[in-house]
Amino acid sequence: MSTMAEEVSKKTNFLASAWKMHRAKIGFAITLVVVALALVGPFFAPFTATEFVDMPNTVEVPGTFFGTDFLGQDVWSRFLLGGRSILFLGAMSTIIGVLMGAMLGVVAAYVKGALNSFIMRTFDIVIAFPGILWALLLVSMLGSSSFLIILATVVSTVPRVGRIIYGAAVAVVERDFVSAATAIGESRLRIVFREILPNTTSTLLVETNLRFTYSIGGIASLAFLGFTSDPTGANWGTMVQENSSAIILQPWGVILPVIAIALLTIGTGLIGDAFSRVSAGIDRGRND
Amino acid sequence: MHSPVFPQVLTGAVMTKGLRVTDLRLNVSATGDDIVDEVRISIEPGKVLALVGESGSGKTTVGLAVLGHSRRGVTIAHGRVECADTEVLGLDDDAKRKIRGELVSYVPQDPASSLNPALRIGVQLMEALEVHDFGGSVESRKVRLKQMMEEVLLPTDDEYLLRYPHQLSGGQQQRVGLAMAFACRPSVIVLDEPTTGLDVSTQEHVLKTIRQLTRDHGVAALYITHDLAVVADLADDVAVMYAGRIVECGSVKDIFTNAAHPYTKHLVIAAPDIEGKKEIVGLAGRAPSPGKRPTGCSFALRCESADDACRSVFPAEVSVATGHVTRCIKIGKLPNVVVVKPRASQTIESGASVVVLQDVSAGYSGKVVVHNVSLSIRRGECLALVGESGSGKTTVSRAIGGLHREWTGSMSFNGAELQKTARRRTSGARQGIQYIFQNPYGSLNPRRTIGESISRPLAIIGTSKSESRKAVLDVLEKVNLPGSYAGKYPDQLSGGERQRVAIARALVSNPVVLVCDEVTSALDVLVQAAIIDLLGDLRKQLGLAMLFVTHNLPLVRSIADEVAVMSEGRIVEVGPAESVIGNPQQAYTKSLIMATPSIERSMR
Repeated sequence: MSTMAEEVSKKTNFLASAWKMHRAKIGFAITLVVVALALVGPFFAPFTATEFVDMPNTVEVPGTFFGTDFLGQDVWSRFLLGGRSILFLGAMSTIIGVLMGAMLGVVAAYVKGALNSFIMRTFDIVIAFPGILWALLLVSMLGSSSFLIILATVVSTVPRVGRIIYGAAVAVVERDFVSAATAIGESRLRIVFREILPNTTSTLLVETNLRFTYSIGGIASLAFLGFTSDPTGANWGTMVQENSSAIILQPWGVILPVIAIALLTIGTGLIGDAFSRVSAGIDRGRND
Repeated sequence: MHSPVFPQVLTGAVMTKGLRVTDLRLNVSATGDDIVDEVRISIEPGKVLALVGESGSGKTTVGLAVLGHSRRGVTIAHGRVECADTEVLGLDDDAKRKIRGELVSYVPQDPASSLNPALRIGVQLMEALEVHDFGGSVESRKVRLKQMMEEVLLPTDDEYLLRYPHQLSGGQQQRVGLAMAFACRPSVIVLDEPTTGLDVSTQEHVLKTIRQLTRDHGVAALYITHDLAVVADLADDVAVMYAGRIVECGSVKDIFTNAAHPYTKHLVIAAPDIEGKKEIVGLAGRAPSPGKRPTGCSFALRCESADDACRSVFPAEVSVATGHVTRCIKIGKLPNVVVVKPRASQTIESGASVVVLQDVSAGYSGKVVVHNVSLSIRRGECLALVGESGSGKTTVSRAIGGLHREWTGSMSFNGAELQKTARRRTSGARQGIQYIFQNPYGSLNPRRTIGESISRPLAIIGTSKSESRKAVLDVLEKVNLPGSYAGKYPDQLSGGERQRVAIARALVSNPVVLVCDEVTSALDVLVQAAIIDLLGDLRKQLGLAMLFVTHNLPLVRSIADEVAVMSEGRIVEVGPAESVIGNPQQAYTKSLIMATPSIERSMR
């Protein structure tokens, strides 16, 4: 009987019980620090991103914290300036990708038949190629504007989110309240978006978090490969690539952005982990 | 802390076999609140003690504690569990593991999920023997394996042992479970609702097997169930649990003919019986959960006779007769719970047919499972559609409700032809036929308030917000729920309350016909009685026609005017409820009725 009684509780309860976990608090703190650094950091940068400060690849430079990079620009300033774009692109592509993926997934779960097959097989085809390949294909053919970088990330996000939400929604579609809605004559659109979608929110939260982590990683990788909207501007991904050849002489140009990206993915990952533990009921104390 | 003795212990001689549980208490680990407390039972070898109670009363918790096990988040606080000569709770984990299966074994509720679907049943049965190195050699184990299969009346040939669990029927799976439990000849066996979910004829076989095995091998059996008719049929003694305590314990005869505790009285009167034409009576309220239990008698909140003395201290055991004890300070001073009400059907005039089915056949992806069903439901009449699982009764009801599209034949509502699916039907037909689902835990959207769920049908036909709100309060009152429930979410409600909400949602459209699909099968017996009572009253007040789909034959007597019996997709017998149940004409109906356990029959 108890399994039935353990209904998916309301969203507020979900967030509240996730917040009770240490991993959620630690993850939130880490994420907050990195996000604050990226947003507020530029105001405290002692130099501009492209200003020549001193001899390239020098660690001991008076007036700087971490020395100069391969072009003689200030590492600390470029680090402070280089977070914004990656956060913005990551957030945008996650929001768009998760929204589209969730919608397609829920629709596919509800309709069955030809449309279902079309959506799901398209997902399969897109997933069959590594996400980075799609991204490279798009940006190398069309150039690397912010829009295209977002699009490239969205393309790899949508089918993955779609499949997960499809799985969650298929279980909801079979529940009696969906039949009850059909029996009273609810429109298909309302059934999909008002009856089914709200019941996949815990999965959706977990997935959004995970996809944000992946998007940051993906965008940083693209930047590392040289695909960024502003090649001369500061960017954590580009910084790693530019300074990797002189890593022995001047390690900070690589270490700082790598730490920032790592902390961001670990932080958001911990939050996502807390969500998924709550949604799977792993740490739930059972008292009948 | 408690008075000295429970009856079976009185027998004096120290038992060397059987089960004895004394002063058992289990806590919620996090809070220390009691889940069960002061539990004392004893079972002699070869006897069956039934542990009955509502869901959440702690009966499974006790059953698992007999094996020295507690679920996650639950701690065994204190107590003694003696299986034969061994005290179980004091053993370490390795020793506990060793005695499980050898000395005490467990048969779970759902055989389908307790057998490993990837292993052949022969392998799984052999495992049970190997783990305990039974017989000492492979040869002797093979002999024992055959013997086990014989004991549970299953074929002993090798081909059968090579089957996988999914190739067996539910009853056969449960008998494999029994064979496994009896494999190493334990002294004590715990059976946790082993026949819930089985059809009556299968249940009859399984019960027979259990009875025989316990008697032949001198096994003490603890049988956990909520089905009183099964108890009357199978058990020697009964212990009734309420809110974590045993409130009454005695022989089957004591409990059913001379119940002392008010809760037991209510349970007995709420149980429908196939033999007797009785009015079943429910009881409002629910048992307090761990942490919310009062200091006094936990039943005082629902008891008509409770006074301040009841509320101040938990009653000690009182002896009613030899071998019959209870925990109530008012025994002998209690009024009998007899409610005489005229049967609903006698006051309603049956009217014209509102729903007529002619030659309806239905199926799934081309496979026909319902053949040429013709039925008619008249205004103000309750037609029960009964049959075992797989008989096609739910398919028929879903087709009537517009939820199953694959059917042929004709269906009409108030003389007008019905379209196949609800979406294509006129809004008049959609409102006129309302479907109530089996499982109240699944039929309400957990993300919507009760008020939103109930008012949706009105919003669709364009009723204004203020009118909807009035209608919601109106139907909530009809199903005896307070208006404040409109703002609650389903997970804040009990199963019975949710089913009331589902009924309210059906009533808000002013229906002509209610299609009730096993609406009480997920509910406890007292709640079931209350829902049946409510449906009867509504039918009287509103002149509703009702199709009541169920596998529960005893219930039919308490609610239906007409009965249609289905078997393998065909209707085999139709007629007035009294004559079909009381004097069945068809062989199938007869066998179904004979297989249904009955309290009255067992008491004779």
